[in-house]
This record gives sequence, C-alpha cells and structure tokens, in this order.
Amino acid sequence: MITIIEYGLGNLGSVVNMFKKVGVKAEVVSDLERIKDASKILLPGVGAFDAAVSRIDEGGYREVLNQKALVDKVPVLGICLGMQLLTTRSEEGVLSGLDWIKADTIKFSFGSDSKLKIPHMGWNFVQKNNSSPLTDNLPDDSRFYFVHSYFVKCRNEENSLMKTIYDIEYDSVITNGSNIFGAQFHPEKSHKYGMQLFKNFAAL
Amino acid sequence: MVLTRVIPCLQLIDDSLVKTVKFDKPGYIGDPINTVRIFNELEVDELCFLDIRATQENRTPNFNILRQIADECFMPLAYGGGIRDAETAQRILSTGFEKIVLNSVTFGNPNIITDIANHSGVQSVVVSIDVKRNFWGKYVVYSHDGKKKQEVDLMTWVKQVEEYGAGELLLTSMDRDGTWSGYDIDLIAKISNAVSIPVIANGGAGSIAHIGKAVHEGSASAVALGSMVVYQQKGMGVLVNFPDKVKLLEVLK
Repeated sequence: MITIIEYGLGNLGSVVNMFKKVGVKAEVVSDLERIKDASKILLPGVGAFDAAVSRIDEGGYREVLNQKALVDKVPVLGICLGMQLLTTRSEEGVLSGLDWIKADTIKFSFGSDSKLKIPHMGWNFVQKNNSSPLTDNLPDDSRFYFVHSYFVKCRNEENSLMKTIYDIEYDSVITNGSNIFGAQFHPEKSHKYGMQLFKNFAAL
Repeated sequence: MVLTRVIPCLQLIDDSLVKTVKFDKPGYIGDPINTVRIFNELEVDELCFLDIRATQENRTPNFNILRQIADECFMPLAYGGGIRDAETAQRILSTGFEKIVLNSVTFGNPNIITDIANHSGVQSVVVSIDVKRNFWGKYVVYSHDGKKKQEVDLMTWVKQVEEYGAGELLLTSMDRDGTWSGYDIDLIAKISNAVSIPVIANGGAGSIAHIGKAVHEGSASAVALGSMVVYQQKGMGVLVNFPDKVKLLEVLK
C-alpha cells in the first residue's frame, strides 16, 4: 500500500489513478497517526517551496516523516516539488528542506539571448548516472513530463541517479543511496514511462 | 533537449466534442471520453479541452466529464471554458488537470490570472487570445467565442497578460481555424518575440510541414492541432488520429 501524503499542496488525482492503473493500492492520507503506519510513502507537491515547507512544519509532518524515512527507513518517493523538499535548501525560499539528501534546489536562469523559456515545461529525456532498482529497467529512450522553474544539484555524485539536460545538466532523479528517492518530473503524467517507475517503486 | 509539444486542442460544447471552421459551424465529432482513450493509446504528449460556448451560454464547467477525462488520462491536461473565478480554477486543477485556460474573463478581471498563478503556480495558467485580421489587415482581439471585439491593442494585451502572471499563451488565429491552410506565421512570430513565456500556436494546422514552420519560423514553443486530429483529411470524415511521431520528430528537430 502506498501512502500518498496530503499536506495541502499538489494534485493527487492523477497519482492515485496511475497507481490504480498499474494495480497498486494507494491511499491519500493527511492524518499523522495513519502516516506513522505507512509502509511506503509518496511525497507529492506542486507549488512554491516555502509554502510546502510551512505546511509540512505547521502540520507536524516533519517529525513523522523524519521518523519514517530516516529511522524506520520505509521507501519514500518525492515527486516534483516533493523531490525538491528532500533537499537541503532552495533558492525559491528561505526555509529548510527535509535535508534527507545533501543537495541544493537552484533557479533556472538563462542569458537574455537564450531562446529557452522558464519553467522547463514539456517532455524531456533522462540519462542513467547510477544504478538503482527504481530506475534500472527504464528504457534508454524514456521520456517524462517536466514542469519546474527550479532544478536540483546533488552535492555528491553518488546521490544522482539520473540526469536531464535543459541548457544545463541537472539531477532529475536522486537518492540517498538506500530508501529515499526523488523524481523531478511527473510520473503520473508520463504515460507508460511513469507507470514503469511507479511499478518499480511499488516493488521496492 | 525538450521536445516541442504538439497538443490536440479539442473543442467541447457541453459534453460533445465539436470542430469549428473560423470559429463557426461547429460539426459534431463525438464523445470526449472515447476520444481521450484513443489519444491515450496513441501516447499523445498533452491534451487541451476548450468548452467554446460555456461563457456565452453561462455554463460552468461540466465536472462530471472533466473527472472522467482526468481519470482516463496519463498525460498533461488543460481545460478552458467558462472559468470565472479562482475557486472554479482550483477545483478543475484538483480534479487532475495541470492547467486552466482563461479567455473571456481576463478582459473584465485580469487579476484572476494573478490570483490563480499565485495559488497554483504560473505553470497552471494559460491565457488564450483569439485574433482576427480586420479589413485593413490589422490584428484585432476577440473574446466570447469570437463574438465580442476587444478594444485593447494586441501587443499591449499580450505584454499585460504576461505581467499579470500567465504561464503560457494560447494564440489562436480565428481566420485560420479549421481551414487546414497553415498557421498564421506572422502573428505567431510577432507574439513569440514579444514575450518570454511560451506561446502555443493554434489555428490552421493542416500538415506536419505547417507544424515545422510554426516552430522554426514562428518561434512557437508548442503547437495545437484541431482539425488534423479529428478528421481523416480535409473534407473527409471523423477519425481521431495523431501525426506520425517519427515524421514529427524529423520536422521538429
């Protein structure tokens, strides 16, 4: 059973639907007591960094999530803003991330002569950087749907599972090396590629 | 590198799919849910649904249909038509849509753009601008399903819309809509070069070559397809389809 954390930000309908489509039980949970019983956690998020961190702190989620991720070591997958929350800090805000992976969330900025628009919005490819059961069986030409104005750079290469290029190269899938993972793209909006990722996560 | 998005833009009148020509004569296409299933199978990049009469007929979005569409789709979805306030926009997003499209409401209440952008992120707000050339060839902005002429100057309006916080522009040539004659490249180029947010070219696509022109000559960030994805060919019957992906890639790179 995947416990999808409802902390007030993010559209969870598609996430729930995709798990259902691949035959995995998933439930949306906001109650802290129920999160304490979770065996696998999905941390979603769409919106601004500080808005998300505030909700996580004010709702008491940080303590429970720290316990689940760092002590109980249940598998955790953060998607989009959820992945950025796993990092140490973000240029988008002043509050601290969960800091489960030593990484920084940085704003895209291109020169005035660049034709690239911000946010990075659209389908893009991923390149494997390190091995993991979450990503190993994804086809080499996998593409995913991205929508983000900030990107993540891990401080240690071993935490970078997959990289993507949008003018610069950045880390699109990250890990702490054991139970915690983050994906910058939206698996729930990425067809069969997203379904494979969700299946892999469910199998961890 | 990011692939240019090619987006079927489907017109709804309440719960039926239709297709117009020059914003007129809507022809019945079919049931939206079945169409969505086909696009899902075809692994289309993104879908956009516009209820073209919602504002005129004073209807609110049909949440029953929207929920069914969102439940079926595993790619990004946009919806526009009759959105008058931020609450409705949020409700649509919560149903499983990534983006909402605003048109008529923005003229009386441009602050709604900022409200929704602030609440749900700029990437969730698409502002749709319908444009027709007047007798002297000047571009004029229309709203309300092309029925209401707006006095604002087009270039002024696009810049204002960007400032209010729109994440993208859906730019539609009313003259080219449904004609298969190609996008209005001049129009697209003018607007794409004036703003830093993505511009989706809409109106007139009849071939993969047209798509290439919109991107390479018009600097469109994305293209919308109407007639091409619901009819077999110009003048022929309904057939939900999508251009050959290999050929698209050739033309887009």
